[in-house]
Amino acid sequence: MRSDNFLQSSITGILETTQDWLAQFGGILMFLGSFIYWTSKPPYRIREIFRQMDFVGVQSGMLIVMTGAFTGMVSALQGYNGMSRYGAGSLVGATTALALARELGPVLTGLMVVGRVGSAMTAELGSMRITQQIDAISSMAVAPIQYLVSPRIIATTLTLPFLSVVFGFSGMVGAYIISTEYLHIDAGAFMSGIRDYMTPNDVTQGLIKAFVFGLILSLVACFKGYNASGGSRGVGVATTQSVVLSSVLILFSDYVMTTIMF
Amino acid sequence: MIQVDNVQKRFAQQEVLRGVSFEVKQGSITTLIGRSGAGKSLLLRHLIGLDQPDSGRIMIDGTDIVGMRTSELNGIRRRLGVLFQDGALFDSMSVRDNVAFPLREHTTLSEREILDEAAQKLELVGLLSHGSKYPSELSGGMRKRVGLARALALGPDLVFFDEPTSGLDPITRGAIYRLIETTHVDGEITYFLVSHDITGVMAISDEVIMLHQGRIVAQGTPEGFRTNPDPVVQQFLLGSPDGPIAID
Repeated sequence: MRSDNFLQSSITGILETTQDWLAQFGGILMFLGSFIYWTSKPPYRIREIFRQMDFVGVQSGMLIVMTGAFTGMVSALQGYNGMSRYGAGSLVGATTALALARELGPVLTGLMVVGRVGSAMTAELGSMRITQQIDAISSMAVAPIQYLVSPRIIATTLTLPFLSVVFGFSGMVGAYIISTEYLHIDAGAFMSGIRDYMTPNDVTQGLIKAFVFGLILSLVACFKGYNASGGSRGVGVATTQSVVLSSVLILFSDYVMTTIMF
Repeated sequence: MIQVDNVQKRFAQQEVLRGVSFEVKQGSITTLIGRSGAGKSLLLRHLIGLDQPDSGRIMIDGTDIVGMRTSELNGIRRRLGVLFQDGALFDSMSVRDNVAFPLREHTTLSEREILDEAAQKLELVGLLSHGSKYPSELSGGMRKRVGLARALALGPDLVFFDEPTSGLDPITRGAIYRLIETTHVDGEITYFLVSHDITGVMAISDEVIMLHQGRIVAQGTPEGFRTNPDPVVQQFLLGSPDGPIAID
């Protein structure tokens, strides 16, 4: 009897969770539809897009440079550790470059921007929602999606590939310094490895990924903030959910895109 | 001006609006009163088109706004002004930019003309010298006055006020009511207030409507309201805990 109840409540729990996820997914798709609809209509808020690009891109610059540099240094050390066992230590430049361009650059940039920008977007829109600022925009015959959401999504989606490039470049500088100064790999061998094994396609794949991650994280951040409810606690919950969902979706979509572009 | 016809709204098991019907005359100051949680602000949101009723009609100047497309609704909203409960000012903008916002969005005025117009509205509410401040630097009463300046920026035909004096001291409350009276031009602009501050609204309203348990239980002039024999109305007017209105 007790095990029947346990089974029943477990199944109910799983079904409810699935239903919540599907509802959330449907909500995000509808939100994407609204974004596309309102973005296609004038006025085109170019100034606001540039303001958001400054927030997403320029103000994230130092964070991306630092994380990129450390990631490149660690990749070089770990890569050398593994490859030197097969006598291929000098290829550390090529493997680090490939990893940064195809994978680490876009993914880590995406995750860093989720933490710095996505959470801020959700919290800002969420607090605007609960203090009726979004209602005030609607009441003044201005579409809040067009005014608040479109510039944020456009700016993040366009800026993330640039940040990913900055991440990759900083990573390569870090890897170069560690490889030549600490691991004593010849600078020429380091650079020629990159030239021999890297193709433009590797960079393109990374840029496509960064573009998609930018869209995902800004869409989720805006969706969660725009639909926040339940006072300041609700804004906190929405911000946490936004960061978790964006991060999971970035990693999931990374797997899907890697499989497709492999 | 406003005609509300049998509006109903339900949230899960809770029926909040149970067939609300009333009319608001053009050029009047009409106030919707009722207990906290009676559904007054919800009804106001329906009148602005922020929420949709389950059934019923809401006519603004003869046009039913229920189920209207946002683009059409925005045509009507351009003629409205709304003062939200806490002002709902944009905290990322200065006071001046808050007032200038609707002018920038909906007029072809030059930046100089927009700033002049915003200054004029701020002067009207006595806050001209506070234009460069941000909403977080203002008191509750000042935020409401800025909200009123913003609501009046486009010269609307109809202005909605959601609890314009809640949370204010008696003197600031009096100042807000005086502003409402002085900015109201009889016959030209219609003011619709939502409030539970019975004393204040009785002094400035042409008509008072009472919402109780999701229905309109009384409508009339303030004088007619005072002499209304309905025990629900009388208990509310007296603010007595004893009577047909049960305390939650």
